[in-house]
Amino acid sequence: MEEAKNIIVEFIESKSKSKSKFYFNDFLPLFPDMKPREVKKILSALVKEEVMEYWSSGSTTMYGLKGAGKQAAAEHEE
Amino acid sequence: MAKHATPMLDQLESGPWPSFVSDIKQEAANRAANPKGLDYQIPVDCPDDLLGVLELSYNDGETHWKHGGIVGVFGYGGGVIGRYCDQPEQFPGVAHFHTVRLNQPAGKYYTTDFLRQLCDIWDLRGSGLTNMHGATGDIVLLGTTTPQLEEIFWEVTHDLNNDLGGSGSNLRTPAACLGESRCQYACYDTQACSYNLTMEYQDELHRPAFPYKFKFKFDGCPNGCVAAMARSDFSVVGTWKDSIKIDQEAVAAYVAGEFKPNAGAHSGKDWGAFDIEAEVINRCPSAAMKWEGGKLAIDRSECVRCMHCINTMPRALRIGDERGASILCGAKAPILDGAQMSSLVVPFVEAKDDFDEIKEVVENIWDWWMEEGKNRERLGETMRRLSLQKLLEVVGQEPTARNVQEPRHNPYIFFKEEEVPGGWDRDINEYRKRHQR
Repeated sequence: MEEAKNIIVEFIESKSKSKSKFYFNDFLPLFPDMKPREVKKILSALVKEEVMEYWSSGSTTMYGLKGAGKQAAAEHEE
Repeated sequence: MAKHATPMLDQLESGPWPSFVSDIKQEAANRAANPKGLDYQIPVDCPDDLLGVLELSYNDGETHWKHGGIVGVFGYGGGVIGRYCDQPEQFPGVAHFHTVRLNQPAGKYYTTDFLRQLCDIWDLRGSGLTNMHGATGDIVLLGTTTPQLEEIFWEVTHDLNNDLGGSGSNLRTPAACLGESRCQYACYDTQACSYNLTMEYQDELHRPAFPYKFKFKFDGCPNGCVAAMARSDFSVVGTWKDSIKIDQEAVAAYVAGEFKPNAGAHSGKDWGAFDIEAEVINRCPSAAMKWEGGKLAIDRSECVRCMHCINTMPRALRIGDERGASILCGAKAPILDGAQMSSLVVPFVEAKDDFDEIKEVVENIWDWWMEEGKNRERLGETMRRLSLQKLLEVVGQEPTARNVQEPRHNPYIFFKEEEVPGGWDRDINEYRKRHQR
């Protein structure tokens, strides 16, 4: 589990120059042997630990590192 | 005196129907008067500013809302939809105006006590404006600010014992018709099924992992009061296997004019005497009915369960006794592709007890769609891209001729090599002995 969490965080950080938000599907290729629902559990754990956070348009949900991107600042949310 | 002049919105009030503009104005006046002496937690004049920003949008012909955000309650990936106004100086009351979705009870049965408590929470911590109910069926609470979200969540879950609904790439709040609680047509307990699956799939409701939204809907019969077949990725629609039960005496009473057709529903106009040939027999979409010598007959093998005859003569015709449900998949509204109706996937399940048969189908479909579905692709689009045949394979259902909607034009059921005796290989010399070049 801890190792899997690191893989996810490293993956996001490696893309941080171009992207701050990711679809759930973007994480599946990192774990080719895992079922999607196991991957979800890792992501849920990262959200619970406040490493990551959800971003939702209402119809689509994306994942990102907490505080990454311009959303929080742009909306004057802390 | 209204805070903003809203001539265009005012005109909407002049129509013959109840107007949402009048409703919002009423709430604006109520908040200004504050008869309960509440310590409002969000701007008092947010309904006024809501009208103002809408009037501005009508003038500009474009929206002034920004959609989406990181708002939400801790650990939940749905249930709250962030909304921000892009003219916050002009309309400070709606600068942050997030929507909260709550899971509605199955069949939408409420106690007045529940509704009062809900409105008390929303008067204090939100705009006081609600939408009962949203298109998917949720209780929609319109407009609050980020600091109120956790407070609302705590009070709703602890005091009302109610959870948030679905939004985002989640399972959406399941919806069911009234079912057996009120309706003689219900072929299974829709409310029990909706509740059971809601509890079973809590994780899918609150923690997003799907390519896009996914909706369950449960209709007790093909009348489809929640329109499952048109609106949900996974529709469970009540049906029966045996024949429609006929009470010939009651049929004769309809013909003689003793009972009003459609239980008197079309009594606003004089349609003349009931004509069973014109109104029932000739309306049967599969021509499965006969009316001869004062006897009604229905050919079960041709009946498509359209419900028309049962709806017209409810005292004479009853649904059969071998009841259950059909599962259909893939309906959607036209966001990405065109609108789509559901396709029949599983013709009959008993839909009883723990609804395990239904859950098995759901989980097989999810496993497949989560792997194969593209981002923002509904199940119906994945089905169209990868074929109904593939979906049938995933749920372990044998294709039948009825899955072919347009033979010779759209033959999307293909034989596989192992299904054909001898496979694809053949001895060309043997073949040439029998067929000239």
